[in-house]
Amino acid sequence: MENTNYHKAASAADAASLLSGAEDGQLIAGGQTLLPTMKARLAAPSDLVDISGVADMRGVTVSGSSVTIGAMTTHAEVAGDASLRAACPAICDLAGKIGDPAVRHRGTIGGSVANNDPAADYPAAMLALGATIKTNAREIAADDFFTGMFDTALDEGEIILSVSFEAPAKGAYAKFPNPASRYAMCGVFVAQGAGGVRVAVTGAGNDGVFRASDMEAALGSNFAPDALDGTSVSADDMLSDLHGDGAYRANLVKVMAKRAVAAIA
Amino acid sequence: MTTVSMTVNGKAVTAEVEDRTLLVDFIREHLRLTGTHVGCDTSQCGACVVHVDGKAMKSCTMLAAQADGAAVTTIEGVANGDLHPMQKAFNDNHGLQCGFCTPGMVMSGIDMVNRYKAEGKTLDEAAIRHELEGNICRCTGYHNIVKSISQAAGEM
Amino acid sequence: MSEGIGAPVKRKEDKRFLTGKGKYTDDIRMENQAYAAFVRSPHAHARVKAIHKATAEGMPGVEAVLDGHQLTGDGIGNIICGWAITSKDGSPMNMGAWSALATEYVRYVGDAVAVVIADSKEEAQEAALAVEVDYEELPVAAHIDAALAGDAPQIHENAPGNVVYDWEIGERDATEAALASAAHVTEMDITNNRLSPNPMETRAAIATFDEAEDHYTLYTTSQNPHVARLVLSAFYAVAPEHKLRVIAPDVGGGFGSKIYIYPEEIACLWASMKTKRSVKWTGDRTEAFLTDAHGRDHVTRARMGFDGDGKIVGFQISTKANFGAYMSLFSSAVPTYLYATLLSGTYNIPNIYCEVLGVYTNTVPVDAYRGAGRPEASYVVERMVETAAREMGRDPADLRNINFVREFPHQTPVIMNYDSGDFEGNMRQAMEAADWAGFAARKAEAAGRGKLRGIGMSCYIEACGIAPSQAVGSLGAGVGLWESAEVRVNPVGTIEVLTGSHSHGQGHETTFAQVVAERFGVPLDSIQIVHGDTDKVQFGMGTYGSRSGPVGLSAIVKACDKVEVKVRQIAAHLLECEADDLVIEDSQVKLPGTNKALGWHEVGLAAYTAHNLPADMEPGLKEGAFYDPENFTFPMGCFIAEVEVDPDTGKTEIVKFVASDDFGVIINPLIVEGQVHGGIAQGVGQAMLEEVVYDATGQQLSASYMDYAMPRADDLPSFVVAHHNTRCTTNPLGIKGCGEAGAIGSPPAIINAITDAIGNNDLSMPATPSKVWGLMQSAKIAAE
Repeated sequence: MENTNYHKAASAADAASLLSGAEDGQLIAGGQTLLPTMKARLAAPSDLVDISGVADMRGVTVSGSSVTIGAMTTHAEVAGDASLRAACPAICDLAGKIGDPAVRHRGTIGGSVANNDPAADYPAAMLALGATIKTNAREIAADDFFTGMFDTALDEGEIILSVSFEAPAKGAYAKFPNPASRYAMCGVFVAQGAGGVRVAVTGAGNDGVFRASDMEAALGSNFAPDALDGTSVSADDMLSDLHGDGAYRANLVKVMAKRAVAAIA
Repeated sequence: MTTVSMTVNGKAVTAEVEDRTLLVDFIREHLRLTGTHVGCDTSQCGACVVHVDGKAMKSCTMLAAQADGAAVTTIEGVANGDLHPMQKAFNDNHGLQCGFCTPGMVMSGIDMVNRYKAEGKTLDEAAIRHELEGNICRCTGYHNIVKSISQAAGEM
Repeated sequence: MSEGIGAPVKRKEDKRFLTGKGKYTDDIRMENQAYAAFVRSPHAHARVKAIHKATAEGMPGVEAVLDGHQLTGDGIGNIICGWAITSKDGSPMNMGAWSALATEYVRYVGDAVAVVIADSKEEAQEAALAVEVDYEELPVAAHIDAALAGDAPQIHENAPGNVVYDWEIGERDATEAALASAAHVTEMDITNNRLSPNPMETRAAIATFDEAEDHYTLYTTSQNPHVARLVLSAFYAVAPEHKLRVIAPDVGGGFGSKIYIYPEEIACLWASMKTKRSVKWTGDRTEAFLTDAHGRDHVTRARMGFDGDGKIVGFQISTKANFGAYMSLFSSAVPTYLYATLLSGTYNIPNIYCEVLGVYTNTVPVDAYRGAGRPEASYVVERMVETAAREMGRDPADLRNINFVREFPHQTPVIMNYDSGDFEGNMRQAMEAADWAGFAARKAEAAGRGKLRGIGMSCYIEACGIAPSQAVGSLGAGVGLWESAEVRVNPVGTIEVLTGSHSHGQGHETTFAQVVAERFGVPLDSIQIVHGDTDKVQFGMGTYGSRSGPVGLSAIVKACDKVEVKVRQIAAHLLECEADDLVIEDSQVKLPGTNKALGWHEVGLAAYTAHNLPADMEPGLKEGAFYDPENFTFPMGCFIAEVEVDPDTGKTEIVKFVASDDFGVIINPLIVEGQVHGGIAQGVGQAMLEEVVYDATGQQLSASYMDYAMPRADDLPSFVVAHHNTRCTTNPLGIKGCGEAGAIGSPPAIINAITDAIGNNDLSMPATPSKVWGLMQSAKIAAE
């Protein structure tokens, strides 16, 4: 990989100022996606601003059904947080399925959400939970945040501080991993809460994470796996690659959605 | 260039490295601890797993600078005396063939046993296989690696 | 506990690997070492118009930028294929030139055109990116069909139509006649998917040129350092053999891919002479996908005929084999003599005819990968027999059983002469371990859970112990395939065994020592196995083709025979008795029924002090031997896979896998079972996960672990491994070899199980979830 200038940020404000002073700066959190990308020379930032050590960006707070997760909280910490498991076990289960144990010890929720990899797990949770992404500049609703594959509403230099959401009455995540990479070939997060049913799909769509509105409607009137029988997503809107074509992924969306519902219905 | 200081296998080390230096390169090339291996470029194979502050991490997917101030343990540092119970279990059960993935397997094995013990959970065969998702072995078919970790879990 | 033959001795070599003290090539650092980085073609087929080196040459740390014109100008020879195959019409194979650094044309993505030598790895890599090459892109043939099409680009001038050879074996007319008269003929199109070997250690080399001595040293990731030295000197003219030392230190797996001498090793040696520095190269995983020889890649049409009783009467096979862009070292033998000669399987087949078309494509060279030809043969035979049983409504086990070879020696119509075996015995053992009889109940139970359960069998046979030199020489091999050994008893009685076999995971330091320990009744710890260094071991043909046991160990036994003769003579002289009356055991040479005995170490000391030796005896106690096998060995076995398919996702889970093998005499069951486990895992990989995928432009779409699915722990079950052994009759220890069996026998067992589960024989490997699901959908649509 190409050389870079490494900076350890003491705070989010420090990180913002380091970024603004850099020619082509890039935040690094756990680095579990960024470093392999840099090794492949697909990214070559002039400066890396490390926010993983910023203490007040890390940790889980649960107050009643209100959940806030600091952006630098690792997947292992999310998976293993007892208070969070009591409030919203589905997100703990999801975090425990990301990558492998070593990756989960370093990778962070903020990094995953900011990167918006089309096969990442967290974006599905954020969207289905109707989470709010809090940055150093504003709060952004998940529905407005994920704007396409590897694309988000974040502005240049904007830093995610935390994500927060109301724990749903019921939630579940069903994932079908890619046989090679083990990223989601299809991951469906289903949440049933005060605002109704939300179904978010990652790994399958050809423009990143999306909400399956037909499925939400069907489940809104009958929260049962069978309710999804008449629904479908279009194979044309799905990714197609050597691991499976659009029709296969469209099928997976339905199968995983049914399994998520079956787990909690 | 950046100065990094950390504890590796109980010894304090300080060095001036390029900012882009990966932790694995720091361990292998600067410290000449060559037991930690590199088997891929995409964070999949786990041959490079070390413990950073007691947790398994992929040293190929971490900058040396990010380990500044940390306590790092490599395969050379796990034994307290002859062989760690995990190392012994791999020998007892023929859990290695070419030996290249072995350091990462041992480091991941120790990490998973520690975590399961701390959480009071049972590390059965299915759990071991699941926990090994980030470690690839091409020689053993994992059969004897699973047996080795299972034995060590009972002895650690 | 015994440490001898048959004992499950824990490996002696483990400690260094378990403590991080293994010494792999990349762990070695030479004084004043420079690093090599290769400039590789991004195109699958192009003419190299110009290479602009000036920018790279001016970059920091750069020592040299070297290209193919300089390489050939220095007299470095082309890379060779060591086995000459003759086509049906008597013409020799069409071998295109392969230079370590391409000069005029590049023929696959990754083909090296230049090498940068620099002070650091990063400087070398950055300068390599700065070398600009002007390419004129040419049309690409990335697959067999594209290469054989009428408008296909010509990949090598001297291979018209991209055909390497059009070869045949067996009796065409007799086979056609048998098929014409058959009561039933099964016909299938069978693809054997292309694989990347993926040893976890990538290839690496460090070359050092000693100007004062005019001598080269190469540390490299090789399964056969002596063959590397021979080829590097005799054909590539890098250095004469006596001025080149090749060391293969600890090697992190090979599976065939480290047999060959690749462009990178040649370039590093040559560059060390050009730059007067040690030159090191360590490939990354992407380079491994792009440049390590791939395996398999056959397309076959086969017809198998049966009489009214279910006896096989004829078998006709037409195979197209992909060679990639160049002919690698053993490539020509893989789809011919290592494949077609095993097409009789475990069966009495009176008539066999096979024709093989070797084809160039714009892809990485294809060569031997674990099993090499025999997995392809086993897959064809066992898919055919299974499908035939289903078509004829016969029990697949019974159909196999009535066709099994039962008398030995058995001459097949395709060269091989099987020496031993009890094929039904292995099948019965496997069926019992798999509870074959209870399958129907398990299938019904699975159906209740919405799962499709299937069971499949394969009765493989392979030929290993490669190989009788005269026989392979008559078939075109350029080398003899014997093995050498030297046994040195030191004055204190400790023993060094030097072997031409090379261990890269096989555990020779333990198993070879077990044989010698038993032979001389000495402790295992008093024996050291020395291998992998051409300065220490006189010669060797290396480790592949499951040959280290049957061939390498036989050479050690032969050397031990000679040592024993001398030990007896010395002891008889000192004890004043007859040599033949002595017994060697428990670290002693003794005369039974008397108190006459010498310690083993006393004999050693006597040999070296030479104060009192028999008349005319030379001092010392060291003997060497070359062993040339009289026949191949024929490990066989029966594998049974039981699977459950999730009809909603197409995902297959292997719920049980049973192997019953006949390996002849087993030295160390712990190690043998480990070899079986690993082989099965690679077979499962081929059957369900792995495939190298090229697009039509010759780009490899699967060139990382993000897209090439390596078997992981949770893809596999624990295996049930059993043995039903019959002694090999053609080597002194009765060993058959065990390294490849798992990879050879398992793919057909798994595919037979999955096709049983889904009720559709039309499944190709790898049986990925999307493929299985897709097949079930098309069957559903067809049924509606």
